[in-house]
Amino acid sequence: MFQIRIHGRGGQGVVSASELLSVAAFEEGKYSQSFPSFGSERMGAPVQAFARISDSNITIREPVMEPDMLIIQDPTLFHAVNVFDGAKTDGYLLINSSRTTEELGISEISSQYPDNHVMILPATELAIKYIKQAKPNTVLLGAFAALSHIVQIPALESAIRGKFPKKIAEPNIIATKAGYNMIMKLLQEKKQQQGA
Amino acid sequence: MTETEIYSQSDSEQQTIKFYQTGTFTVGNRLLNEEFRTVQATQERSNSIDSGHRACQGCGQALGARYALDTAMRVTDNKIIAANATGCLEVFTTPYPETAWSIPWIHSLFGNAASVAAGIAASLEAKGDSETRVIAQGGDGGTTDIGFGSLSGMFDRNDDVLYICYDNGGYMNTGVQRSSATPGGARTSTTMPVGDHPGSSFNTGKFLPEIAMAHGIPYVATASVHDLHDLERKVEKAMSFHGARYLQINVPCPLGWGSQPSQTIKLARMGVESGLVPLFEAQYGELTNSTKIRYQIPVEEYLKSQRRFAHVLKPANVDQLEMIRSLAEKNIKRYQLL
Amino acid sequence: MLYQISGSIAVANAIALCRPDVVPCYPITPQTHIVEHLSLLVKNGKLKNCTYKNVDSEFSSMSFCIGSSAAGARTYTATASQGLLYMMEAVYNASGLSLPIVMTLGNRAIGAPINIWNDHSDAMSVRDAGWIQLFVESNQQAVDVHIQAFKLAEALSLPVMVNMDGFILTHAITQVDMPDQELVDQFLPKFVPRQKLDTNAPVSIGAMVGPDAFTEVRYLAHHKQKEALNIIEQQAEEFAAIFGRDSGGLVKSYFADESDIVFVAMGSVIGTMQDLVNDLRDQGHSVGILSLRSFRPFPATAICQALRNVKQVIVFEKSFAVGMGGILASEIHMAMQHVQNINIHSVIGGLGGRTITKKSLHKIIDQAEKGILECEVFMDLDNETVAKELKRQQDAPSSGSVAENILRDKGVVSASKTH
Repeated sequence: MFQIRIHGRGGQGVVSASELLSVAAFEEGKYSQSFPSFGSERMGAPVQAFARISDSNITIREPVMEPDMLIIQDPTLFHAVNVFDGAKTDGYLLINSSRTTEELGISEISSQYPDNHVMILPATELAIKYIKQAKPNTVLLGAFAALSHIVQIPALESAIRGKFPKKIAEPNIIATKAGYNMIMKLLQEKKQQQGA
Repeated sequence: MTETEIYSQSDSEQQTIKFYQTGTFTVGNRLLNEEFRTVQATQERSNSIDSGHRACQGCGQALGARYALDTAMRVTDNKIIAANATGCLEVFTTPYPETAWSIPWIHSLFGNAASVAAGIAASLEAKGDSETRVIAQGGDGGTTDIGFGSLSGMFDRNDDVLYICYDNGGYMNTGVQRSSATPGGARTSTTMPVGDHPGSSFNTGKFLPEIAMAHGIPYVATASVHDLHDLERKVEKAMSFHGARYLQINVPCPLGWGSQPSQTIKLARMGVESGLVPLFEAQYGELTNSTKIRYQIPVEEYLKSQRRFAHVLKPANVDQLEMIRSLAEKNIKRYQLL
Repeated sequence: MLYQISGSIAVANAIALCRPDVVPCYPITPQTHIVEHLSLLVKNGKLKNCTYKNVDSEFSSMSFCIGSSAAGARTYTATASQGLLYMMEAVYNASGLSLPIVMTLGNRAIGAPINIWNDHSDAMSVRDAGWIQLFVESNQQAVDVHIQAFKLAEALSLPVMVNMDGFILTHAITQVDMPDQELVDQFLPKFVPRQKLDTNAPVSIGAMVGPDAFTEVRYLAHHKQKEALNIIEQQAEEFAAIFGRDSGGLVKSYFADESDIVFVAMGSVIGTMQDLVNDLRDQGHSVGILSLRSFRPFPATAICQALRNVKQVIVFEKSFAVGMGGILASEIHMAMQHVQNINIHSVIGGLGGRTITKKSLHKIIDQAEKGILECEVFMDLDNETVAKELKRQQDAPSSGSVAENILRDKGVVSASKTH
């Protein structure tokens, strides 16, 4: 079972992201589950959402306590919430920012992750570019696919089309692919660096 | 009441007799032409509430309910369902295991008759039954206090229900306590005329017909059991509309008012003639008709035959009498009763 | 057909498959998405011949249901928490009048202090109201049990409440197999009311009943609930035969009959317990679960039968009777009063949405295995905070509101949307 926890703020599409992930996994024939941290749905308030993906039926209902993948949609949360609580440092860390781990002040924890398991990308900038809105969720879903290969782009595409009307879905699919491509490119660069 | 010309049918020598009051009170139905007779005079009359129920002597509500529902039965070809709030009407018509109702009838709770009736209407709508009509009924406590939210909701949704409030100005079923429709100054068992403040306080009540009008519903009317023709006409009119309708009938309560059972009709008439009980109709929030007072009487005339106002007529409480007078004057002006 | 959808949408779709005639609604978290989706299904024509009404309160909502059901319509509504309390008088009235209304209760705590999250306080507040009360463990069961609920309600002419954990189930997106309309039509016959307001055959419903007959009327209500014990089992079998799924029934044993230590619980917590029990059984522990799917009627015989070989019963519940203790625990005690050599523990947890973790449940099992689990346990209770407040009350006569004091101590801000 692969467990995902997404941190963000109300209005950034955190809950939608977890839903899209679970639907994409479902499209690929897997069992999945997603749910939000309930209650605080005000704009700007810290929000968490959870997803689990498995090859067998999922019965557990507790929030994701030990995420295999931690997605941080808003880096200002580092100062507000203990986002790393229970995070498995053999898992993955995906952060929406244009800064480095050092600049974000998280290099101590990020260095515990294996090589190429920590990725930072300017998802909000890409979102503004492709969907004209500061909603980094779909960019990060593409990045998630590239980093983990737990779900694939066609399934995410289908999930997005199922949830949104065409006018909103299409730019979001482009944004998803942009997130995917950026991570693939970063991974390739890192491999080349490591190879060199 | 209109003056009516009645012709003797007995002999060739025609004699014109003029009756001042016709219908159910002064002149027996037998003497009238058929068109002027009340529904109760025909053999084919409807019979919503059977005799043998347990209402008190001189109960205005029993009379009002019987005439209102019989009319509704007549105009719908007996296709009506009634929902009843808890209260006298419910209790005296259904002492287990007997029932006085010959129409489908349901009693659920004190404060929900409007919602139950709306539910019945929704059920009929879902099943495509456009013939059967729905009536909700309750006393003033069940209407203006505890059932007010439900009723306002029914008005707001414009549910196809005629809501009839039998207004006797208090919670008579539980032993005459004050409701928000209790008139100013009236003694009830929770507003006893003792201390510095005798009786019920003034201008704290709700006059629900106006609140109903404010909802803009198709039809609102007030009626009184002293003029049953008028009551029947208003029920008939109400049934010609679809959507939410409200009819408030002034019904004297000998027990609660401290009046003689034999005086119920007279008291009801005096209430109207004093200006304290305005009779009017409104459509979609606009006043369309009001019944003129034929012979105006001073409010004291009306008050003096009710024990609940006895203290008001004492010289020390002349200010209370003045307030009741001003209320009558306000009504006369507002509804153009003269 | 399989869908990956939220519990609320799944239930709304299941209700639509049952072809309700009338649905009144009033919003309250966390059931709101159910009635929202039903309004959409009525408006877009997917749910035909259904009258949907926004009403003015929960009290009006249940009253509306009473009128509509009494007039012969298949009637549905949903509520939660404070909404259930607000409609309480009509809740008792609906069962007293024997009206087969189906209602979803998106289980939520009751205030004050106001709390929108899940527990079972609302369901327990109506445990004596005469309704059938069923609990579901998953969204698949929520779908299946709602379909059974209409059949059950109409067979018995009694209202049925389907309890579904608020947020944990209503807001969770999981895989759900939505039944085909033809199969639902096959399972659920057309509604033939036992009593009906009909101008062709007028009846009076809701007459006053005095001391000479009231006892008999109430006894028959009890008798009817006992009848329901058989019908619930039969219908679950019938459902399984048509849809090929085990859903509903009175109780569900998960290794209960072959384990020394068994959890008894209701609702979604069963899922987390299963996850734990799977792990523990792999490690050789003798632990199992008994899921109580019907709370009213209370299946005392089925419980005794399922737990006859158990050494320690741990009754886990998300509510309690203040001043008494676990409600379910005391009912299980009563059901098992003649069973020898059995230890019954009462564990109360998950109140007001507190997370029920596998870890905490594991600790409970661990203590039971060591023989040190107490009779009454408040799981994950912060004893330090409690002691601090008790001391504050002792020290100062005007120590202030408990809720606000504790919020200050814990340094959290109660930030949430309300009612």
